Amino acid sequence: MMGGITILESINRALADAMEADETVLILGEDVADPEDGGVLGVTKGLSTRFGDHRVRSTPIAEQAIVGAAIGVSLGGFKPVAEIMLMNFTTVAMDMIVNHAAKLRFMSGGQTNVPIVIRTMTGSGFANGGQHSDYLEAWFAHTAGIKVVAPSNPSDAYGLLRSAIDDPDPVIFIENLPTYFTKGEAPKSGHRVPIGKASVVREGSDVTIIAYAKMVQEAAAAVEALAGRGISAELIDLRSIAPWDRETVLASVKKTGLAIVVHEAVTPFGAGAEISSVIHENLFDTLKAPVRRLGAAFCPVPFSRPLEAAFAPDAAAIEAAAAKLLA
Amino acid sequence: MTNRTGPDAATLVSIYRRMALIKANDERSRKVIMTGRLVMPYYSPRGQEVIPSAVSANLNDSDYICTIYRGTHDMLAKGVPLKDLWAELAGRVTGTCKGKGGPMHITHPKSGVMVTTGIVGSSMPIANGLAWSSQLKGDGRVTVAYFGDGASNIGAFHEALNLASVWKLPVVFVCQNNEWGEHTAYAKATSAPRVADRAASYSMPGIRIDGNDVIETYAAARDAIERARAGGGPTLIEAMTYRFHGHIFGDADAYMNPERKQAAIAADPVPRFRGWLIEQGHADEADLAAMEAAIDAEIDAAIDYALASDFPDVAELGRDVFAAEAA
Repeated sequence: MMGGITILESINRALADAMEADETVLILGEDVADPEDGGVLGVTKGLSTRFGDHRVRSTPIAEQAIVGAAIGVSLGGFKPVAEIMLMNFTTVAMDMIVNHAAKLRFMSGGQTNVPIVIRTMTGSGFANGGQHSDYLEAWFAHTAGIKVVAPSNPSDAYGLLRSAIDDPDPVIFIENLPTYFTKGEAPKSGHRVPIGKASVVREGSDVTIIAYAKMVQEAAAAVEALAGRGISAELIDLRSIAPWDRETVLASVKKTGLAIVVHEAVTPFGAGAEISSVIHENLFDTLKAPVRRLGAAFCPVPFSRPLEAAFAPDAAAIEAAAAKLLA
Repeated sequence: MTNRTGPDAATLVSIYRRMALIKANDERSRKVIMTGRLVMPYYSPRGQEVIPSAVSANLNDSDYICTIYRGTHDMLAKGVPLKDLWAELAGRVTGTCKGKGGPMHITHPKSGVMVTTGIVGSSMPIANGLAWSSQLKGDGRVTVAYFGDGASNIGAFHEALNLASVWKLPVVFVCQNNEWGEHTAYAKATSAPRVADRAASYSMPGIRIDGNDVIETYAAARDAIERARAGGGPTLIEAMTYRFHGHIFGDADAYMNPERKQAAIAADPVPRFRGWLIEQGHADEADLAAMEAAIDAEIDAAIDYALASDFPDVAELGRDVFAAEAA
């Protein structure tokens, strides 16, 4: 798409607008302030200069310290957006995220809450190898008390981030590195995308394709190709993984009778399993065939170019899976 | 240096009141478990009464603490009401956390108890965030993070001390060195001969004190808290003490050297301080006996109240997971 803005720019705008609108919004993370370039990819560029280094703080490379500080400062009345540079590094802070951020509201009987956003980046296709590219959304979606969102375009990135910052509970906001420079329609200032609402990207009648993050772009290409073969596919961008929009998904599958769930995380025990299971539980009689899951190969993300290219589903794989379901 | 005086008689007696409350409460806790009136995991703080009692005498109600599963003494010293505490221990709806946290997860913001964690080493990163909120607001609050010697070996300790020092946060790290990390002796698990020495790596004062000496603990806490309040940054206090019982109630504690344990019990800081108060003329026997009787009665009333309270409704399972109730 020509014109418009990139996902990276829309995230920067959402952060700036949120900080402008609410002085309790803070940013912390490795390299996030301007003397450190506003992050290795410049997502937070300009913000410390504009809002002050007390509100935009670069941290040591210490993920437990980052998430712990975010939790504590939120208990003290602020709304921090903590950047964990890459999703694999959330593993270093799992105690803080899973045992504390996710549970403090419940364990305190509702006396305290943790309105933090953890922004993190990931995705294969950048030749970053096994420890810089994983999608780990299922780990967080499996933890009661955390919300997980993964936008696929600039407008949703802006709107979901604003909603995540507004949200009174912890939200993991997953950004896809290889699509940072994808351009799209510029969101209006203040635009919100509600957490838990999917969008029907394209209507269709033969098969439902459910995807999120970068896989929406791959699926969109597959839908085009399928149309050329006379197959009408409905594409749903889930946008939120936890909670996810059952109503939209079930309504679509009820209509088409066939479903494919696509994600970049490895297939076993992934979000696709949950979505597939819910569809089967609710629409067993309607389904024309079992729900198909398409995820990455069950291996760490490889470095070597042809291996990495074959690792995650792409448009051709999605197209082939849909055609096979309809055959 | 200013010519400083020690705590006055009223302060000394208020410290003793906290100690007597903690000791009596511990004795009642074991009795209640042994007689089967209540089932709960219980980590006795017996022997460690002085530390939070002397620290809290320097704190305001609005100051924050983060503590750990062996933290009943920290909570009581900070002012968590007995009735609310006992109701929580009993899992009742009237508890501090509606019975949803339990003994290892007490939260009581009204008395400044913001987080009680069951994970060794997790109090410190969150305490940093609370302290950061105070720094941003300029509200003059100080946060105390309590933890044991075993916690100084986890990464979160090191990450948290480093960040607190770099950001000059108003936080005081209080290590209650009771010589045991669960069943493992200090020297077998900790490379540094003194936890306090580790402060040097983080450019903050690190002091080791006799945590069973009220005057010494009070003075160290006062200095650290005043320094934090004045913007001077964090302090690490290693308060030496000894755990009278095993790691968890019911633990046969065969791993503990009996002579060492007997020596510690013989030097029980509670009766020792009591005797000293009378000897110095700060209190008389009758007043203290009346205080202790009142404490006993208050504990009795709290236990009766807790056991007579209702359990939470099963609908609570769906509440407080998120701000919005689960469907």
